[in-house]
Amino acid sequence: MANISQTNEAVGTNLMARALREAFYAGLIALGLFVLFVGLKTDQNILNELILVQRWGLLAIFVAIAVVGRFLTVAYIRPWFEERKAAKAAAPVVEREASFVARNFSLLAVLALIIYPPVMVGLFGFQGSLKWVDNFGIQILIYVMLAWGLNIVVGLAGLLDLGYVAFYAVGAYSYALLSSYFGLSFWLLLPMAGVLAALWGTILGFPVLRLKGDYLAIVTLAFGEIIRLVLINWTEVTKGTFGISGIAKASVFGIWSFDISAANNFAKAFGLPMSSAYYKIFLFYLALALCMLAAFVTIRLRRMPIGRAWEALREDEIACRSLGINTVTTKLTAFATGAMFGGIAGSFFAVRQGFVSPESFVFLESAIILAIVVLGGMGSLVGIAVAATVMIGGTELLREMNFLKQIFGPDFTPELYRMLIFGLAMIVVMVWKPRGFVGSREPTAFLRERKSVSGSFTKEGHG
Amino acid sequence: MEYFVQQLVNGLTLGSIYGLVAIGYTMVYGIIGMVNFAHGDIFMLGGFAALIVYLILLGLFGGIPIALALFIMILIAMLMTGLWNWVIEKLAYRPLRGSFRLAPLITAIGMSIALSNFVQVTQGPRNKPVPPLVSSVYDIFGIAISLKQIIIVLVTAVLLTIFWYIVNHTPLGRAQRATEQDRKMAALLGIDVDKTISITFVMGAALAAVAGTMYLMYYGVIVFTDGFTPGVKAFTAAVLGGIGSLPGAVLGGLMIGLIESLWSAYFTIDYKDVATFSILAIVLIFKPSGILGRPEVEKV
Repeated sequence: MANISQTNEAVGTNLMARALREAFYAGLIALGLFVLFVGLKTDQNILNELILVQRWGLLAIFVAIAVVGRFLTVAYIRPWFEERKAAKAAAPVVEREASFVARNFSLLAVLALIIYPPVMVGLFGFQGSLKWVDNFGIQILIYVMLAWGLNIVVGLAGLLDLGYVAFYAVGAYSYALLSSYFGLSFWLLLPMAGVLAALWGTILGFPVLRLKGDYLAIVTLAFGEIIRLVLINWTEVTKGTFGISGIAKASVFGIWSFDISAANNFAKAFGLPMSSAYYKIFLFYLALALCMLAAFVTIRLRRMPIGRAWEALREDEIACRSLGINTVTTKLTAFATGAMFGGIAGSFFAVRQGFVSPESFVFLESAIILAIVVLGGMGSLVGIAVAATVMIGGTELLREMNFLKQIFGPDFTPELYRMLIFGLAMIVVMVWKPRGFVGSREPTAFLRERKSVSGSFTKEGHG
Repeated sequence: MEYFVQQLVNGLTLGSIYGLVAIGYTMVYGIIGMVNFAHGDIFMLGGFAALIVYLILLGLFGGIPIALALFIMILIAMLMTGLWNWVIEKLAYRPLRGSFRLAPLITAIGMSIALSNFVQVTQGPRNKPVPPLVSSVYDIFGIAISLKQIIIVLVTAVLLTIFWYIVNHTPLGRAQRATEQDRKMAALLGIDVDKTISITFVMGAALAAVAGTMYLMYYGVIVFTDGFTPGVKAFTAAVLGGIGSLPGAVLGGLMIGLIESLWSAYFTIDYKDVATFSILAIVLIFKPSGILGRPEVEKV
């Protein structure tokens, strides 16, 4: 007995000693990492020369965080996790019945989204709800739509596309240009933007059919950059970096308009007070409908031969070819279908902003969309929607952190840290859950009984 | 003719910088099969480290000879970025080793976003101009060659020789090549795979830091977003040459540099990146695994 407690004690002191040692090293490394970049700041003086500003206090804070963080991790957090893991392994596995919420999650989520705008209007009034419906609601829905579109390419067909934003740009510019040059209406251009983007998807698809893996990734990335550079440099048509402004608003199927001067103005027609909130709420429902369409198409396609072919392609291309599946058309349809949703989302984006410029279609957007697809768990629609809400909603929330100004002083701008935190969050979530938020998949083909399988059984494709 | 040779020289200089960065991509890809998207930002970090070291040197000893200053800048930048990449690999990539292929790609993209924004937050979002470090220009047979260009090409050549020697003729290089071929077998034969991978990251970062210093010296300005475009170009170079192949990376870098400067000289400068990317696409259509890359053999 005494022996055991002694060893326990020895382990304890050992652990403490190790934690202290590791904390010391962590501090040393943090000092090395940050001494130039945090300890010193390059600034311009009045003569426009670069000078160095010293910030040793800030450096000390950084190092202290590293030391304390490492110490706590080694001494307390890691043993605690191990203990919990051991306890979990020891406990018998209990098959728990999924709760009501878990079983009907998608249905409840859609219902919640349908009542979201009225609730926001009720809580904050028409003017106050603008921010919540527009910045949070519509923006997240656009990303959901984009991510679901990319999911077809990456998640189902297993083709890595790093230039998805190109199709978004094609959709947005198709609407912007065709509506401002030819005055075509939104309802005509929405499907047209989808078709045009799908066409571009096919055009891109042809040359890259032979490429695999990272070669495919870099060519799609290059394609995205080419589209953006053409948009910047073809100034006669696209107005270059100035972008196209004053894009026509959408109307309710041509019956009611949201232009203030129009005779059939929505607010006038119903005798409501003037507000821009109606338009935003209308756009919210439109985005929701488009998302539902994307989800519906994806779910149905997965059960059709083409969807099965996509997933087969992802699992094993050689087997796929041996079974007589035409991989050329399979890849092309995946590119085209994914691109179509990108295009539709793009034209919706243009109509919502009323302004498009190449600035909106940088590689970072492609990266964010891909990150959402992967973080959500490739192939899982619900997971992707959750990931979009967390990542986009989270970064939007950081804009709202004005109370931090009271803590850190008026010079503190939370805005600046938005993308830094976004990047770090991407790393943390990925390391924590490499298979994404939703780790299980619903196979569409099954023997006797439908069962969810773990995401680790699905392959990611080599394309 | 002189104009053409002049552009050739400019292209060679630019290509050397791309080549140095491309080696980092290709080495990491070769050894663990991941695209290290944050590598471009490591390059930018190296440039910033060199800038800060230069300002420190200027503050401490005003009239330091420029050759010595450059040497210290390069050395500290190499150490600095080496340390950064070592930590990054340990924290962000190692936990995902053996996971599926897209996971490290996403963390690398996240790291790229985080690094560039970290520099924006700590160093400010504005352009950082430095006074010209070396400004002499020589006139050789009617071609203007600046000392900067000579330094860049020379340093690149020297580094590549050292690097080539390390990879081909040292125990470390042998361990790296073995790890690249078969990680499990290498581990069974007593190679510390984790350490080898770490060293690979540090070496790649050190080369990127040299490229960053050269970039700072050549253009005289650096900004926190500077990691992206050269990073993508270098990645393009690595793929063009055949990713995983070291001579391919250098060749790809030189090709991209030449394409860029020749296109800018004879056509419109606006579309130089379009030209680069189009040529990449065209080359890959005919040679799907790059110029010097080995075609992947798929075993069933």
